[in-house]
Amino acid sequence: MSTFQIDFSAARRKRIVGIDLGTTNSLVAFMDVTGPEVIPGADASRLVPSVVSLNDGNGFVVGEAARRLLIDRPERTVYSVKRLMGRGVEDVREELKLFPFRIAEGSEQVIRLELGGRRFTPPEISAQVLRELKKRAEEYLGEEVTQAVITVPAYFNDAQRQATKDAGRIAGLEVLRLVNEPTAASLAYGLDKRNDGVVAVYDLGGGTFDISILRLREGIFEVLATNGDTHLGGDDIDNRLLAIALEDIATEWGQDVSGRGEAVQTVRRAVIEAKEKLSFVPTAVIDVEFEGKRYQREIARDLFESLIRDIVDRTLGPCRQAMRDAGLEPEQIDEVVMVGGSTRIPLVRSAVEVLFRAKPHTELNPDEVVALGAAVQAAILSGDVEDKLLLDVTPLSLGIETMGGVVSKLIHRNSTIPASATEVFTTSVDGQQNVLIHVLQGERELVKDCRSLARFDLKGIDPMPAGMARVEVRFMIDANGILNVTARELRSGKEQSVEVKPSYGLTDAQVEAMIVEAYDKAEEDFRARQVREAQVEADSILAAVEKARASGAWLRLDDGERASIDLALNELQMVYHGDDHHLIRSRIEKLDHATRKLAESMMNTAVREALKGTRI
Amino acid sequence: MDHEHNCWQCGSADAGSLFCRYCNSLQAPIPDYYAFFGLPRTLSVDTDELQNRFYSMSRLLHPDRFTRRSEQERRYSLEASSILNDAYRVLRDPIRRAEYVLKEAGYEIGEQRSKDVPPELLEEVFELNMALDELRMGDDGVLPQLDEMRRRFLEMLAAIDAALETKFQRHDTRPDDGGKAEVLEEIKSALHRRRYIRNLVNEVDRQLSSRNA
Repeated sequence: MSTFQIDFSAARRKRIVGIDLGTTNSLVAFMDVTGPEVIPGADASRLVPSVVSLNDGNGFVVGEAARRLLIDRPERTVYSVKRLMGRGVEDVREELKLFPFRIAEGSEQVIRLELGGRRFTPPEISAQVLRELKKRAEEYLGEEVTQAVITVPAYFNDAQRQATKDAGRIAGLEVLRLVNEPTAASLAYGLDKRNDGVVAVYDLGGGTFDISILRLREGIFEVLATNGDTHLGGDDIDNRLLAIALEDIATEWGQDVSGRGEAVQTVRRAVIEAKEKLSFVPTAVIDVEFEGKRYQREIARDLFESLIRDIVDRTLGPCRQAMRDAGLEPEQIDEVVMVGGSTRIPLVRSAVEVLFRAKPHTELNPDEVVALGAAVQAAILSGDVEDKLLLDVTPLSLGIETMGGVVSKLIHRNSTIPASATEVFTTSVDGQQNVLIHVLQGERELVKDCRSLARFDLKGIDPMPAGMARVEVRFMIDANGILNVTARELRSGKEQSVEVKPSYGLTDAQVEAMIVEAYDKAEEDFRARQVREAQVEADSILAAVEKARASGAWLRLDDGERASIDLALNELQMVYHGDDHHLIRSRIEKLDHATRKLAESMMNTAVREALKGTRI
Repeated sequence: MDHEHNCWQCGSADAGSLFCRYCNSLQAPIPDYYAFFGLPRTLSVDTDELQNRFYSMSRLLHPDRFTRRSEQERRYSLEASSILNDAYRVLRDPIRRAEYVLKEAGYEIGEQRSKDVPPELLEEVFELNMALDELRMGDDGVLPQLDEMRRRFLEMLAAIDAALETKFQRHDTRPDDGGKAEVLEEIKSALHRRRYIRNLVNEVDRQLSSRNA
């Protein structure tokens, strides 16, 4: 059967998808004609667990399948990798005590995880999750997807944002915008609610906490203040229950299993299940079965709440700070929106209600609202949504090191982005040709208490007496919250390109190398898919021929015709299991040609059958 | 306020600010905050009007609106939005606004931590430092005195702000060619005094909170 193919691709604008790359789960969504929609997988699942496992063939397994491997193959499987994005090994010392990350040697600048004898950076692992989401979107939408909006915690710093962008690049996605998760959520909510006012978005996810306060006016979503903690989330709650269960087990079984990956993962799953139940029922049982042994413990909500109260309380400080920064009192907040799976916990809801003196909104699924908002932002970028605009802020102040290890702030936190600052530097020694600039992010006064973002050298200054040179450096935080630096020598007016070397993170060349690697794999994947598609087509024609043998039409063929069909059929079967989809397709065509008369004859019979008993 | 220049895209003369009036492509932004907003250089600003302009200009200039435009326009959009945001931040705040006008008029604005004590404050500052010393040595008896001084400083700030407001109006009504400079000089010293007192209040707050910690 021939179909008439019309190529709309040139006329149609490329679709941009919205991605929520979460600590625990990730989702991809797009803007449908009726509004934003989460794209389901072939199995109808909407969430892709952010878990990646390396199989024996050195390929990756991602999502639900990988989550199951956490128990069987913990040494080849990673979860919660978002906690490591854009961080140095010093930053995550505390995490390492609680998470079974295997950090390879030489991870000072960029963390490398060991997985089945190979090493991967966090962006490479995240890229696998992104590739899975990309594939999902492509299969569902029936077109190639190369552009995306990805969400990040509002409180992510420059390095963490850059790492997320790198992950996108490695996955073959052009990241058109990084959007802060709470802001994205407000976009999703703002679609239904057209009224203007002040909204607080409380976002407690698997590994991060954000609070953002926005003013909505005539389609403008203006963030007034944001605050948070990039190391606070549902994982911490799990760890509390996990510690108790492991301790109990050690006593009951007389055996400490806390050092065994499979055992810990089994217990972790059991406590997560109990935790989730406790949001809906007053008691739940932690139920563990491992190597023929059983551990059961009933947990009442009261006990659970006393265990996690301090974790919930830790979210309130950032909320108060954000209100102060926005210059608002709780009474002035019109609505509170809840985002993130952990906001299903009743204690979290009541704490928020008390603080803001308003009943929080929970109409939208807290797991999906961020992805839906990302899809709205994608539609804003593509021009499909024109009446909305997000004005976000930078969560952390940006400064440079000055004399005595003190930070001089150039761009203050909660400044609307894009934001910029200009500073003129000079030399302090006669004939000095370089000026070293150290950029930091954070709120503290001293360099040692802030996060080192980058160091760079202003080179090639003409030798002159100290203090005579004037180099103007422009710091620009773009709409993604990422820093860009340019420099200009004021005497000559010559523009100097500044290579900003991140203190933590991958260089451009390193990312480039990873893209190539991923691309090679993508080629492989693509070929495998084409072979599979050809096989599916072959299956259907082989089955049709088999069915035709039993029909009257088959009997009406002459011997020569039957022989040529059998020959073509054999030829197709011979190449069926090969890896050349071109060959499979050409044999399908041959068989198709050989069976043309048979098909016509069957068609006529079918028509006659259909017309039988029909009066004309 | 139009700037005479040729459009980078179509080459037309008198292209106009923001967008070229002929081919509608985004132009290199004007770095001056007042000119960028199309506002006269006054020290009193109607902040509601400013906010309206900020929103409507954001709709036109934000990088989100230029995803599918040329590289050059995307760069201009980033620059223009950053100027818009920076300008809005400065102009909506009376103190930063005044500092900006002074700086652009060529006045040196003192460093954040100026060492020159305004003479009329000498006695107060001396008293304050004594009290803070005693607090540091663990004498909580000075707390009521500190509270009282803090209150007095806040009152002074409020008085300065009120005086500034009148000075702003005086500045705005004077003709460009005479008299403005004189008012700016007054504003400059008021701002210096204000900054000094503000720092004193911050110092008291810091000492009190470190004592409580």
